[in-house]
Amino acid sequence: MTTAVNTKTLTLVQAVNDALRTMLKERDDVILLGEDIGKNGGVFRATEGLQAEFGEDRVIDTPLSEAGFTGAAIGMALNGFRPVVEIQFLGFIYPAYEQIMTHAARMRARTMGHFTVPMVIRAPYGAGVRAPEIHSDSTEALFTHMPGMKVICPASPYDAKGLLIAAIEDPDPVLFLEPMRSYRAFREEVPEGKYTVEIGKAKKLREGDDVTVIAWGAMVPVALKAAESAAKKGIHADVIDLRTLYPLDKDMIAASVQKTGRTVIVQEAHATGGLASDIVALINDTSFLYQKAPVARVTGFDVPVPFFAYEDDYLPTPARVLHAIEKTVNF
Amino acid sequence: MERQFPIRQIMDEQGRIVEHEYRGQITEELVMAMYRHLIRTRTFDRKCVSLQRQGRIGPYVPFEGQEACQVGSALALEDEDWMFPTYRDHGAMMTFGRTLTQTLLYWKGRTEGCIPPQGKKIVPPYVPIATQLPQAAGAAYAEKRKGTKNAVIVYFGDGATSEGDFHEGLNFASVFNAPVVFFNQNNQYAISVPITRQMKSKTIAQKALAYDIPGIRIDGNDIFAVYFHTKQALERARNGEGPTLIEAVTWRYGAHTTSDDPSKYRDQEESKRRRETTDPIMRLERFMQREGFWDENWANDVQERVNAEVEQAVAEMDRYPSANPEDMFDYVFAEPTWTIAEQKQAYMEWKRGMEG
Ligand SMILES: Cc1ncc(C[n+]2csc(CCOP(=O)(O)OP(=O)(O)O)c2C)c(N)n1
Repeated sequence: MTTAVNTKTLTLVQAVNDALRTMLKERDDVILLGEDIGKNGGVFRATEGLQAEFGEDRVIDTPLSEAGFTGAAIGMALNGFRPVVEIQFLGFIYPAYEQIMTHAARMRARTMGHFTVPMVIRAPYGAGVRAPEIHSDSTEALFTHMPGMKVICPASPYDAKGLLIAAIEDPDPVLFLEPMRSYRAFREEVPEGKYTVEIGKAKKLREGDDVTVIAWGAMVPVALKAAESAAKKGIHADVIDLRTLYPLDKDMIAASVQKTGRTVIVQEAHATGGLASDIVALINDTSFLYQKAPVARVTGFDVPVPFFAYEDDYLPTPARVLHAIEKTVNF
Repeated sequence: MERQFPIRQIMDEQGRIVEHEYRGQITEELVMAMYRHLIRTRTFDRKCVSLQRQGRIGPYVPFEGQEACQVGSALALEDEDWMFPTYRDHGAMMTFGRTLTQTLLYWKGRTEGCIPPQGKKIVPPYVPIATQLPQAAGAAYAEKRKGTKNAVIVYFGDGATSEGDFHEGLNFASVFNAPVVFFNQNNQYAISVPITRQMKSKTIAQKALAYDIPGIRIDGNDIFAVYFHTKQALERARNGEGPTLIEAVTWRYGAHTTSDDPSKYRDQEESKRRRETTDPIMRLERFMQREGFWDENWANDVQERVNAEVEQAVAEMDRYPSANPEDMFDYVFAEPTWTIAEQKQAYMEWKRGMEG
């Protein structure tokens, strides 16, 4: 990590913008593609001002075709560029799934390292902002399950910038999930210029010996609130923000759950086949004999992400997480 | 291509009939129905924008400027036909029988907004772009297999033509001669992207050539052109002559959605100019005045009735029982799986515990 002295106070979406600007300046091979990212600056303003600054050849408004521009970006990555594509909402990534699953994620393996796909796919994800139907999916598990893809999901402005820069520099394809709900939720000091946050490393947000609470993306503030309430009741939690969803930070998770012996995992996505299940398996593999209670999962349900009138019932809340913490501690 | 696919009008901007063969079919009854629906859709649309601003519904997708496309094409349908709309086509849906209250519930984030009106084959709005086209081709093919005379209309925007599903839907319908009308509203923008950046083709209608089906380009602000060309395409479909691609050239005056700021990407003067020169409602009014169908008292009465209907729908929305979280679990499968049954039970018990 390089140190930069000056900082700016940015929201998460501004930090994404800052990372993209930094890398467009830094490297000529970086190129942005997506729907409405140029003139409009993106529907969330993540690419605001970048086309004006770097030109239409580097910040490209593509036709409305996820398979088309993702496939084209793979071709550009094969041929010397570092494309960063924006999927307008994660729920609209499915037309590109074939391109990502079968090609971006597999090219290095198929050619024994002769062709590689150093590209980043950015996608806002998640519920909780009263968005219209089908705009609120959090299907990270479809991608953590995919061999050959790294998956990142920052929860804070500082991490968003540092991880996005790391993703752009990474030699392999990366899915970069941006929690829509946290886009403008708070500001943080973010260094100016280039710095990276290491991919594959989680972050401890709170120290406690009684229970480990693991979360990522938009669930991090939910986990923190629950941990604060628990602390008032004398229960002290380690709170871990995963930051990278694939590969998981095995060491940090193992060290924490071996210390506490009790774990609650908070996942916005549906229960079955979710990342939380993988974390349970990891705890089983690394720390089985340290466990004093079954690992609890607080998740969305096995139902399509509902219309927004029901989303407060769908989404894990601090109250639900607190309930799980207390159950786990009192097991 | 623009010469091969000219924009066809039946009525010009001044409300003059330019295709005289249609005169006989333009009855007073038809004109009055068209006018009523145009006023109804526009009034409702404006009300929704204002409800959104007041926070009484969620983000909303306005269609002002595109009323002739939606009303004209929906009026051309028979009761037994199918409609596959997008998120912008509630004007078409309400003309074909979806209630205003249901439309409001949809934009209020309620699942009830997707329930089709009794006896009507109106599929819920499609949000992921162009996904409805292959499905419409399949539903049409099913009607053909069942030996009915029913047809299908499917709506989509100019941006949708860039998705694979557009081409796959047209090709399927073409190969199987399915009775479907692909109704494109070319409002010339996909959010911020103008059609000139979306495609190099000069028209959307010409894309029909690739599938060897009829492609027709019409003035989407001329409700007569929309109505009669859609009706003819539907008739061809019913008669076993297969699919048609209609490109209705139009313009949305406002934002893409209430979350969008169009001043970021286009000159607002253009919408103003179009409103003053090519507005679909103004054009029909001009025709009515010209042809002696216009009656100020009647028009006022239409507006008053529509206002009352809209207000009543809003009141119904406000009175509607609050969302029941059990609904989230109860309709995923015919019989809930144990996973869903357990999750529902645990959640509802916990929730009752929190409340009680
Ligand atoms: C597959 C997919 N990608 C992206 C989006 C986001 N999006 C919603 S509307 C829209 C533009 C659609 O333009 P067009 O097809 O011309 O229809 P219009 O909205 O103008 O009626 C986009 C990109 C989406 N809904 N689905």
